[in-house]
Amino acid sequence: MVQKIPILKIGEALIASIQIELNDESAVQLKEDILNQISATGATGVVIDLTAVDMVDSFLGKIVRDTAFMARLMGAQVVCTGIQPAVAITLVELGLELEGVVTALNLEQGLVRLAGMVAGGGGNG
Amino acid sequence: MAEAEPVMVPIQDELDIVRARQEGRQLAKDAGFGPVDLARVATAISELARNIYNYARPGTIELKKIQRGSRRGIQVVAQDHGPGIDNVEEAMRDGYTTSGGLGAGLPGTRRLVDEFEIVSRRNEGTTVTVRKWLR
Repeated sequence: MVQKIPILKIGEALIASIQIELNDESAVQLKEDILNQISATGATGVVIDLTAVDMVDSFLGKIVRDTAFMARLMGAQVVCTGIQPAVAITLVELGLELEGVVTALNLEQGLVRLAGMVAGGGGNG
Repeated sequence: MAEAEPVMVPIQDELDIVRARQEGRQLAKDAGFGPVDLARVATAISELARNIYNYARPGTIELKKIQRGSRRGIQVVAQDHGPGIDNVEEAMRDGYTTSGGLGAGLPGTRRLVDEFEIVSRRNEGTTVTVRKWLR
């Protein structure tokens, strides 16, 4: 059972806001949808918003990290936003710091960060 | 004292992983855990259920509220009859992975809970018991 996460395009950015409890298959689908949408729309940045996500296990953590690295290979930057305190604590205790993944407090700051990264051309700047 | 009735979740297909962590989260919420511990419990269950799904399905996740003296908490027993883990000590080391994951698996799960026990026998299966206590 695959549930599709809608991906919106605003300007040069794609926004995927995860509002449901993702099973593994749906997470894999989201990764592929984001990469396909980058290719189809020429978007230079992606925000993955995790505000409504109350649990990130090693599988979803790997999907998020892979998506960010794969998008970067295609020439688009990814910012993860809205990681909740409980999720941040759990991720670090689990040993998944998501090194190399750019994050921002919320969607608004994520879009600002993205604009700066795209303008500066950097992945970690 | 009376033991609470356990909730059994069979782990056969991938959606059962979600079912197990949702049932566990609900039970932990009923037991009075706050949001950070709820995330820890749900994540630990997710990791244990995925281990069963990846390596040893079918298996079961048994969830129940527990009490020891004045302490209350939740217990999760992940049981399978799969191939067993050859070297439990090695599997408990950080970074160990056979599935191309991030290797958080068992050592990561142990850090999320208060008590962690693993019994594995070759060709008989693996039982992992974890407990989280209310603070």
